[in-house]
Amino acid sequence: MRWFWIDRFEEFESGRRAVALKNVTMAEEHLHDHFPGFPVMPASLMIEGMAQTAGILVGEARGFREKVILAKIRRATFEGIAGPGQQLRYEAVIETLSDAGAQTTGTVTCDGREIGRVDLMFSHIDRNMSGLAFPEENFVFTEDFMGLLGTYLPGRGGAG
Amino acid sequence: MAMSREEIFRNVRDTLVDALAVEPEEVTEDATLTGDLGAESIDFLDIVFRLEKSFSIKIPRGELFPDDLLNNPDYVSNGKFTPAGLREIKKAMPHADFSNFDADPDVNKMPELFTVKTLVNYIEAKLAA
Repeated sequence: MRWFWIDRFEEFESGRRAVALKNVTMAEEHLHDHFPGFPVMPASLMIEGMAQTAGILVGEARGFREKVILAKIRRATFEGIAGPGQQLRYEAVIETLSDAGAQTTGTVTCDGREIGRVDLMFSHIDRNMSGLAFPEENFVFTEDFMGLLGTYLPGRGGAG
Repeated sequence: MAMSREEIFRNVRDTLVDALAVEPEEVTEDATLTGDLGAESIDFLDIVFRLEKSFSIKIPRGELFPDDLLNNPDYVSNGKFTPAGLREIKKAMPHADFSNFDADPDVNKMPELFTVKTLVNYIEAKLAA
């Protein structure tokens, strides 16, 4: 299994907002344990889906030069559930973007109904670790991940 | 109209309640952000973002929480601020109360400089500027 919790971007406005989709399927191992006989997409993985949506949005805003790390879940509330056969839609909006990092707000909808809100904070870690060195290469935004952006970033691979 | 110190304190308190998930009663002027309110290093960035939004101000990096002094051997030696270091940090943080820190400028005690009052002082000076 690969650590992708979004399937593709549906909308991408550089530096402002992004919408990503995720189809929930019974092929996902975790749904068989969460819960046996009653498969529900775990809220923690919906937070991860939002983090991937918002993280790529924040990274793209600075040309993927920064290592963007999820630093804090400022708020996560869920009022509904999602299961196999349903489609999740993650909408992330940049609230603040600075040299040090970014804050985003986000809504999670399932088949058109809002089921959650997830507000996040990201750190540009090279600028926040008081001189601690990290690897030169950007280990956050690997080529695999960039493929998700597909048609939104001409010249990069992936089906959009 | 300029904000009163009481209004600034209330805004700062609400900001810390949201950022650190503490109770409003815990946020007194003398409470330290890390010791009393349980802030971790990453919360400082969150607090800066929230204060910027709440007060519609821009907080340049290092202005509220100086972070570039500790790695300078002229300023910190054997875990303590040197006289030069102490001068620098006082210059960098005119909003903090150094009366206890002066006697024992141990870097481990630096978090005690970051109290709620320090934030209120900083915002007050910033809004007056």
